[in-house]
Amino acid sequence: MTQAFRIENGGLINRDKKLSFKFNGKTYFGYEGDTLASALLANGVHLVGRSFKYHRPRGFFGAGVDEPYAVVQLYRNGETEPNIKATEQELFEGLEAKSVNCWPSVNFDIGAINNFLRIFLPAGFYYKTFMWPKSFWYRIYEPFIRKAAGLGVASTKHDKERYEHKYEHCDLLIAGSGPSGLAGAYAAAKNGAKVILAEDKPRFGGSLLTSDVNIGNQSGKDWAEGIIAELKTMPNVVVKNRSQIFGYYDHNMLVMSEKVSDHLPSTKKYHPNKRLWYIRAKEVLISSGSIERPIVFGNNDTPGVMLSSAAKEYLKVYGVLVGRKPLVFTNNDSGYETAIEFKKHGVDPVVLDSRKNPDSEIIDEANNLGINIKNSYVVVAAQGYKKVKSADIASISEDKKQLGKIENIQCDCICVSGFWTPTIHLASQSGNKTKFKEEIDAFVPGQSKQNEITLGAANGEFSLEETLKTSFTAGSELSKKITENDNKIAIPNVVEKKSSQHDKFWCVPLPKGKSYKRFLDFQNDVAVSDVEIALREGYRSIEHVKRYTTLGMATDQGKTSNLNGLQLVSEIENKVVPAVGHTTFRPPYTPVSIGAIVGREVGKHSKPTRKSPMHSWHEKNNAVFVDAGVWLRPRYYRRGNENLFEGSKREAKNVRTNVGVCDVTTLGKIDIKGPDAAELLNRVYTNAWLKLPVGKARYGVMLREDGIVMDDGTTTRISENHYHMTTTTAQAANVLSHLEYYLQLVWPELNVNVVSTTEQWAGAAIAGPKSRDLLQKLFPNSDVSNEGLPFMGYMEGDLFGVKARIYRISFSGELAYEVNVESDYGNFMWEKIIEVGEEFNIQPYGTEALSTLRIEMGHVAGSELDGRTIPFDNALEGLVSKKKDFIGKRSLQRSAFIAEDRQRIVGVVPLDKQTSIPEGSHLVKDDKAPLPNPKLGHISASCWSVEYDNPFSLAILKDGKNMIGQKLFAMSPLKNKVIPVEIVSSHYVDPKGERVRS
Amino acid sequence: MLYINCPHCGMRSQNEFSYGGDASVKRPELNKEVSDQEWDNFVYNRKSLRGKHLELWQHISGCRQWIKVERDTATHEIFRTFKADEEFA
Ligand SMILES: [Zn+2]
Repeated sequence: MTQAFRIENGGLINRDKKLSFKFNGKTYFGYEGDTLASALLANGVHLVGRSFKYHRPRGFFGAGVDEPYAVVQLYRNGETEPNIKATEQELFEGLEAKSVNCWPSVNFDIGAINNFLRIFLPAGFYYKTFMWPKSFWYRIYEPFIRKAAGLGVASTKHDKERYEHKYEHCDLLIAGSGPSGLAGAYAAAKNGAKVILAEDKPRFGGSLLTSDVNIGNQSGKDWAEGIIAELKTMPNVVVKNRSQIFGYYDHNMLVMSEKVSDHLPSTKKYHPNKRLWYIRAKEVLISSGSIERPIVFGNNDTPGVMLSSAAKEYLKVYGVLVGRKPLVFTNNDSGYETAIEFKKHGVDPVVLDSRKNPDSEIIDEANNLGINIKNSYVVVAAQGYKKVKSADIASISEDKKQLGKIENIQCDCICVSGFWTPTIHLASQSGNKTKFKEEIDAFVPGQSKQNEITLGAANGEFSLEETLKTSFTAGSELSKKITENDNKIAIPNVVEKKSSQHDKFWCVPLPKGKSYKRFLDFQNDVAVSDVEIALREGYRSIEHVKRYTTLGMATDQGKTSNLNGLQLVSEIENKVVPAVGHTTFRPPYTPVSIGAIVGREVGKHSKPTRKSPMHSWHEKNNAVFVDAGVWLRPRYYRRGNENLFEGSKREAKNVRTNVGVCDVTTLGKIDIKGPDAAELLNRVYTNAWLKLPVGKARYGVMLREDGIVMDDGTTTRISENHYHMTTTTAQAANVLSHLEYYLQLVWPELNVNVVSTTEQWAGAAIAGPKSRDLLQKLFPNSDVSNEGLPFMGYMEGDLFGVKARIYRISFSGELAYEVNVESDYGNFMWEKIIEVGEEFNIQPYGTEALSTLRIEMGHVAGSELDGRTIPFDNALEGLVSKKKDFIGKRSLQRSAFIAEDRQRIVGVVPLDKQTSIPEGSHLVKDDKAPLPNPKLGHISASCWSVEYDNPFSLAILKDGKNMIGQKLFAMSPLKNKVIPVEIVSSHYVDPKGERVRS
Repeated sequence: MLYINCPHCGMRSQNEFSYGGDASVKRPELNKEVSDQEWDNFVYNRKSLRGKHLELWQHISGCRQWIKVERDTATHEIFRTFKADEEFA
């Protein structure tokens, strides 16, 4: 294929490097420096997609971020990505792209039938029609809409690309590298400020790349290049292209998405695909420029109708003609600049100007070049289906209400300019209340809200001279405040052509008897008639009109449509535009890839992984791991082909008959020191702590102020003013914050310090009838007899030369001990226990056996202390002191907490002694009762009792105290199970607790 | 993301802190008779102000100190920050 629409010379592309690419399966060629859009246009391809609702043919409307139509599905390096703007995607060798929104193909699209049925598809059609009958929604409507609509298909494969996050601080952040951004950055950089200059396009310079101006005796483009080259050499300046600042958040935090690799055929090794920058800026200069807005006329969505600024950019930057018979339709001088560029390249444009007698330097130049100009003329409608073939044009009366006789003229593109809309998204996101600027018919930022200042075209200032003056000054002033340097910069001379006033005209009236669709929002197929319907049906707020019609929604967020929509509403409502107001600008300004937002936090990196010092031993010994919060814990140690059930049963049984060892390093540990430590514990725990002797441990329960159990654990008095607290694995961080809260804010008079020592100690629980024999062999020099180390006793010991702490505490209900050593000796300790324990038939046990052992003993854990239960519910009321006050005590007097039939922990056994009861099952009286069946309680934890060899569960049951012996049903609709059960005591094994004291 | 001036550490991003609610709430003294209403006010009832709000934050990924922050709940503007034991006017 030849690039028939590429001019001989000119443009900023690299003609030495030809690239091949595929679009909808067909191969084309372009050059390095092209976008997919410019390369397609160079090949004369204007049809790129179908519209969202009516599936009308769609071409290119813009040349950058404002593009509403040309959204494609991209294929790169074996991956695919939807929702890519062809106008932003840089060309690379081997690029492949496909049209979206069309089925079966862009040239023959079944959905286009909607276009001919469009009388059925006005605003709110989906809300009104696809409602009834109800069953039709998922059977017929939804599949049809899904098949026919959408902006591409997300990949279902794992994304191989890497994405990075970066945090940065700077003195001055500048959004946009047009004249204003360059001047501001340069002045601030010269004052030594730390500057970040961000440009979303590959090339710096913004409007200077396409405008015919002179700065300091150079072309605007050369001046921009010079400034950028100098900024790049300065150590205090970061200059980033392909980087879009898409959000302005609280306290001057801005987020920028940098496309590191999208312009390359594949991502370089060790490079990310995209990098998300979180930038905290002292000052922000918003120089985001402006976007040309369309004039609304009939069939203005036909491929070949585009913004005049886009046509100029394709010509000046890419050397591409968007047509050979252009018609320029304008209400201001910008259209003439495009016409002049065409003329300079040997193409004869026709200019239709809605103004009667416009007069300016630019118009003079166009006249001198012999360009055909028709004043007081408008385009009534574009003609042609898949491409503009001609235009119906007419003269228009001064009040813009009457059209003259309609003429048809041949053309292959219509370049439209309805003046300029400042890009105020970032300023608005910062909280800035925008104001309407009458002279330009658009909103501009008002009073600065955060440390932001908006300059140049983004602020509605379209004179280059004025823009440079204000921007150099702002850059100097803002940086001077920070660096206290004051290096004066000479503001260069500017040569630019003066413009005349634009015409406040935005929509061509329909000729009599014609019903052309006149589109406001090109991406969402919202036409003038849709907004009229919405208003007729009573929608008034612009936010409601937006949602009812979808005006300004979807990926382009109304960049080209918002103002014309407002104009229409204000006209019908007979209000001025500022009274109608605009919809809220929300981040992101442009779509941001999910991968970039997630960054490196994917898969196992989505949270930190904590491992105990004994982790490698567990790995070597076939541990099957389970996530316990951020910890990885052995669930069971697999032998042969054992499954979880068999393995955990074996391990639990071995604890009951011999001895087992369990890694309990994950338990939270808090070191508490100070003369008031006992007083703190006495206030934090529900039971009494003032008389605990040195060398003793005690079990305690702590409440929240609302009376709900927060956590439980043992605390040991190591010495006079030194305690060691343990918490559950899950609550470790919360308990520490809780203690700090009371010590710092509520009772600062208490002389106590707390610090987490979870990571400092490795812990092993040794449990089972043979555990004392084992302990004695581990600590031959210590007296670990029942007298020497009684239940809840504590001592220090010497574990083969390593200092150890020995606690006689039990979670399993067996005779048990917990040994702690400094973390670095954890593995040493573990190996010694296994080695010495061999003669006692020791086996390591995991969390599953640990659960079994505690459940059949009726010991509560996280599934009972679930943030909804008080001590009574857990049969812990014996630990609640009646004498002293403590955190949460007053709440226990609440009427619900002292109700006679208060819920309480019970044991549950299936009548058949066979069927395991799913956790979460509801306990009900009558399994046949009509729904909703009154729930009496729920199963909190289930196990296979190794003591009795049948299933056993714990439950929190209403009036649990009086329910023992009753027969109920455990129902699990999720598992589709109804199990007849009997309620028993929660202390299923060793109810008197003799084993732990043996 | 808020930018909070920890009186112990200096300016730090919000993700180093955790929120602790209304700082003007005073816990009733221990061992004191408290009416149901007083207790409910302490445990549950909060004003949920729009505007200037004195609140607690803990610098959990920093110095672990609880601090007081005067913040506008509507605009997120932070006016002043205090140490736990500093009184505010
Ligand atoms: Zn701090």
